[in-house]
Amino acid sequence: MKIHLDTGKCQGHGRCYSLAPELFDCDDLGTAVVLVTGELNDDQLAKAKLAVGNCPEFAIVIGD
Amino acid sequence: MIKPPVTDFATDFDHTDEAWVADPYPIMDDLRERCPVAHSDRYGGLWAPMTYDAVAAIANDTEHFTSRTVVINNGRPGDDALPAPIGVAPPISSDPPFHEIARRLLLPAFAPRPIAALEPFTRELCNQLLDKMGDADLVDASVQYAEHIPVGLIAKLCGLPQEDGEQFREFVRIVLEGVDLPAEERLEAFKPVEEYIVPKIVELRENPDDGLISYLLDAEIMGEKLSDEHVFGSILLLIVAGIDTTWSAIGSSIWHLANNPDDLARLVAHPELLPSAVEEFLRAYAPVSMARLVKDDFEFQGCPMKKDDWIFLSFPAANRDPEAFDNADEVLIDREINRHSAFGLGIHRCLGSNLARMEMTVALEEWLKRYTKFELNASEPTTFSQGQVRGPRQLPIQILERS
Repeated sequence: MKIHLDTGKCQGHGRCYSLAPELFDCDDLGTAVVLVTGELNDDQLAKAKLAVGNCPEFAIVIGD
Repeated sequence: MIKPPVTDFATDFDHTDEAWVADPYPIMDDLRERCPVAHSDRYGGLWAPMTYDAVAAIANDTEHFTSRTVVINNGRPGDDALPAPIGVAPPISSDPPFHEIARRLLLPAFAPRPIAALEPFTRELCNQLLDKMGDADLVDASVQYAEHIPVGLIAKLCGLPQEDGEQFREFVRIVLEGVDLPAEERLEAFKPVEEYIVPKIVELRENPDDGLISYLLDAEIMGEKLSDEHVFGSILLLIVAGIDTTWSAIGSSIWHLANNPDDLARLVAHPELLPSAVEEFLRAYAPVSMARLVKDDFEFQGCPMKKDDWIFLSFPAANRDPEAFDNADEVLIDREINRHSAFGLGIHRCLGSNLARMEMTVALEEWLKRYTKFELNASEPTTFSQGQVRGPRQLPIQILERS
């Protein structure tokens, strides 16, 4: 399972990089950037799900 | 002008009505069940969607809805009255494509890292306010605490003297209240705001500092300096939008804790819950309802909307929609899944959301470090603001235990 971020939907609410800083960071405008682009381990998957569940724009999807 | 009270919010909606001001949540729930888009002939025509789905759809639809003006009042800008597509206070009043240009100028100043740098200043400010409250057992958490915090931060951010900050609340009142005034009187009421901002622009053009106003004066769009209207409008936005909003959010959080001793005790014992508590307070007591104008006649979810009808865009109502949130009517300070829309949805996501969250977190942390048990003092009045920003304006708190 990997993180897919739709940068067209991201509006920089900043929830993902607050809740899962090991998986997400932000650029100078506050837009999310994915740090872990490969397969997620179990800990990372749990954190990624937290980010998905708190993104107001539904910009993050976990999938293949 | 005295308006008749609302008898049915479904057909005569008014967000300034006393019943809505006192407690809008049961009204939202009722309307969501039976409308779910309320209507009113007030303000020259207004629609008020109450579902998350409708609020999100409108927030994301810049083709049919314009942000040219975001404070519901009796006037309309008219097709030529404002420097469209910039609007009166860019970027909040701008539509695409100009919106993104204006927004990108401001975003770096409000990104997480520059905002984190303001945390020590915020903490010191909160402690000064708490020190001033001394060992009184009855304090007003709005008048003595919440209202001063955003004012101090905005002054600091803009490079304006701290002592000027106190005037900003008056500007907020002018812009956000008086919405029932005839359009001309409303324009006249804006004079003191102009009389404050225009000389500041002149002064900072001559002697720039490292504040945000000087940055805007120096900024360029495609090789050209910003127009005076643009700079003025963005300063107006910074001064107005960052104050009663955060003031309300801090006040509502303290109001909730004063009324819910279990949540208070839990948060005092487990300060690590504060981040999720802050998000939940933002969801449950989202202070801001925005507005849009309908661009052209258009049918939305079966509603025959007319050009220049207002949309009362209630993020607070969206946040209470049981279709979008489990146990939407319960405040759960450890809520794990929380896609609340307190800072809006779509391209107009609140520019200051990182600042607001930082202020709320620090303000609550410092308050809870001093006051470990408190309740609402029922013999003094608790009052809430009227209009598109909701929060306590008088918040009498009886201190029961301090650390």
